[in-house]
Amino acid sequence: MSELAHGTGSHLPAAEVPEMELPHPHGWWSTYVFSQDAKVIGIQYSFTALAIGSVALVLSWLMRLQLGFPGTFSFIDPQAYLQFITMHGMIMVVYLLTALFLGGFGNYLIPLMLGARDMVFPFVNMLSYWVYLLAVLVLVASFFVPGGPTGAGWTLYPPQAILSGTPGREWGIVLMLLSLCLFIVGFTMGGLNYVVTVLQARTRGMTLMRMPLTIWGIFTATVMALLAFPALFVGAVMMLLDRLLGTSFFMPTLVEMGQQLRYGGGSPILFQHLFWFFGHPEVYIVALPAFGIVSDLISTHARRNIFGYRMMVWAIVVIGALSFVVWAHHMYVSGMNPWFGFFFATTTLIIAIPTAIKVYNWLLTLWRGNIHLNTPMLFALGFIVTFVNGGLTGLFLGNVVVDVPLSDTMFVVAHFHMVMGVAPVMVIFGGIYHWYPKVTGRMLGETMGRIHFWITFLGAYAIFFPMHYLGLLGMPRRYHEIGETSFVPESAHDLNAFISVMALVVGAAQILFLFNLFWSLRRGREAGPNPWRATTLEWQTPETPPGHGNWGRELPVVYRWAYDYAVPGAADDFVPQNQKLPPPLHVARGEATA
Amino acid sequence: MDTAQLEHGTATRPQGWPGVVADWSSDQRSFKGASWGKVMMWIFLLSDTFIFSCFLLSYMTVRMSTTEPWPNPSEVFALEIGGVHLPLILIAIMTFVLISSSGTMAMAVNCAYRRDRRKTAALMLVTALFGALFVGMQAFEWSKLIHEGVRPWENPFGAPQFGAAFFTITGFHGTHVTIGVIILLVVAWKVLRGEFDDQRPGFLTGRRGRYEMVEIAGLYWHFVDLVWVFIFALFYLW
Ligand code: HEM
Ligand SMILES: [Cu+2]
Repeated sequence: MSELAHGTGSHLPAAEVPEMELPHPHGWWSTYVFSQDAKVIGIQYSFTALAIGSVALVLSWLMRLQLGFPGTFSFIDPQAYLQFITMHGMIMVVYLLTALFLGGFGNYLIPLMLGARDMVFPFVNMLSYWVYLLAVLVLVASFFVPGGPTGAGWTLYPPQAILSGTPGREWGIVLMLLSLCLFIVGFTMGGLNYVVTVLQARTRGMTLMRMPLTIWGIFTATVMALLAFPALFVGAVMMLLDRLLGTSFFMPTLVEMGQQLRYGGGSPILFQHLFWFFGHPEVYIVALPAFGIVSDLISTHARRNIFGYRMMVWAIVVIGALSFVVWAHHMYVSGMNPWFGFFFATTTLIIAIPTAIKVYNWLLTLWRGNIHLNTPMLFALGFIVTFVNGGLTGLFLGNVVVDVPLSDTMFVVAHFHMVMGVAPVMVIFGGIYHWYPKVTGRMLGETMGRIHFWITFLGAYAIFFPMHYLGLLGMPRRYHEIGETSFVPESAHDLNAFISVMALVVGAAQILFLFNLFWSLRRGREAGPNPWRATTLEWQTPETPPGHGNWGRELPVVYRWAYDYAVPGAADDFVPQNQKLPPPLHVARGEATA
Repeated sequence: MDTAQLEHGTATRPQGWPGVVADWSSDQRSFKGASWGKVMMWIFLLSDTFIFSCFLLSYMTVRMSTTEPWPNPSEVFALEIGGVHLPLILIAIMTFVLISSSGTMAMAVNCAYRRDRRKTAALMLVTALFGALFVGMQAFEWSKLIHEGVRPWENPFGAPQFGAAFFTITGFHGTHVTIGVIILLVVAWKVLRGEFDDQRPGFLTGRRGRYEMVEIAGLYWHFVDLVWVFIFALFYLW
């Protein structure tokens, strides 16, 4: 190893890192609160994300109540409605999904699945969580300031985001932008950790091409986030300056209430470019971890090796790269140069190819598999269905001529909820049902889990499938009330009421899920170290839940890929990654050698 | 350490692109010689590059979108010294100072690997001094422009976006330089105390430091320097 020549001190390979490199907690506070253990940080991230996500869920009920029964709820005025959609969208996308997949699953699983003792820089990792928490608190604070949270829509487009007609223009927008900046700073601290841990701290034998796809998904998504969030950061900083100092980065010359504003000469489209240079990769930042986790869930619960592992890895990487050159498909109606539309429609359709490869490979993995229809598997299947559904409507919206009439209608709302709302949430649930036994040592209640799945899955369809139709009718999005419009038939209003009722039902099912989480902590069935008989390293820890440092005295050594299920000739129907040779069947059974 | 190779029992390595892929995906660590800290700094700098690129691209966009004429930077940043009119003179000196500081930084890294503590610390202090000088001159430049009436929201010489982009970009870069100076001072202090020789656990994180910290600080410093070259070329010269 070349750095020995520099005499810079030795960097022992991960497998031999002496245990004392780990920061040891002293006492309660540093064990559970200011912990530097990635597992604790992961749990903290997950809980915070689920908590703030519940706020977004409640907001969606309020929006649906208004849309389904207009005029019934006087406290939801148009201003409040706009504030609800904005906070709901931003919380769901950034503070729930991104934080939960990367901060939550990433922290918990990366060191365990790679056979590392912890993240490479535990202190920075801890800071990452606390900055994230601060970002969440700043965001929540905007509900309590004069004027309330911003109602600019989650895309925060200027100029309207900072004009006086938009709710929350006094404080809400400032807190939103500040909170986003904080989130990005916090995420960067964690993200650097995840990437370096994957690149540099794997245990012996864990080559990149033996990593479980979960890690590939989280890793690629983190790299993307580190390159995409800068655009949002810059956009947020410049909009803050526009709002607070009166610069005109994004503000054109404007007349408001008959008065010319002091702004002039800025470019509103610039913000859209910055936002979507972040925004589109963001879709894949939540989708790629979902892809990875789903691959592992399917393989484990169908007892079959993943079909086309290499292709799956390359598809993840290629999707990650391509997603940086499709952003302007969100801007077909922005008035940009039409040639851009041609270019971005082409790249958008190309990205469908690696995505389709992944879907086919999942199906081929399931093909003739020994499918166990338990809760994680159900959610994984639910993901495939909703994701394919959302992906197909994505092909509609990716084409300029089809997008132009559909833009800003409920069709778009249906599309993105299917593809990046429901689908990743399915994976989050599946992942929680799958790994909860490792985290707590107990299984989540299976019956409750199945009820939760069926209500959520069918309910989500009942909510979002009719929205496609409403969109095709021309029902606009971000409208407080449709009123009497000639192009919306009477029956559509009944449909709206139906959707709202279903939204409440689905919401109630989530309460069942939360109850399950706490109930199973005490009452769940004892799980044992490897309840799913899975191959990956996190199931091979000496203790369950894994102790501080994960691996006792010696790190595991990896001999094989993560998908040795149903290997012919092996004694069991799975061979863990750290098992050297599968004992031949007859030896394991104690039969005489033939 | 390369168990992957031992296991496959073959000594032949793939050539060309497959070779690159094989190297990266090989056992345990993708960058064999690099420590965790160094890889982390490189990736951080990659991310930071995107931040500065976005700032610079935004500056170019508003320069195109604004309807008022863009002031001539050579004239705005000119100084009268001894009755002579010198365009861009201060910026030239600032650039010279910052680039020199990269030189002293490189020498400091060299000395660090020779375990020459005094020289390392001295060179790092010189680097920090150059950095502080740079920030000082920038403060002078800011106050001069503010004195002449340039504000983030307005500009007597033409487009208000000139002031906005100037204060935002140089402010962001100046913050980077200031943080760099602080890092340099902390690391120099650690070098002087010999913390990297006996690997005493450092403050805050309790991790053991190595002389490589000097190089990692250097990476950051060179990056900040490189960014300045782009700001210089795209904002001041164009
Ligand atoms: C039970 C679950 C959910 C329901 C009932 C729901 C409902 C809604 C409704 C009614 C709107 C506003 C439509 C409009 O008037 O324009 C909306 C917007 C939105 N939702 Fe959801 N949603 C749910 C879950 C999610 C999830 C999981 C995500 C995560 C990606 C998400 C992301 C968004 C976004 C980004 C917007 C756009 C906000 C905007 O227009 O600025 N939603 N949702
Ligand atoms: Cu997109």
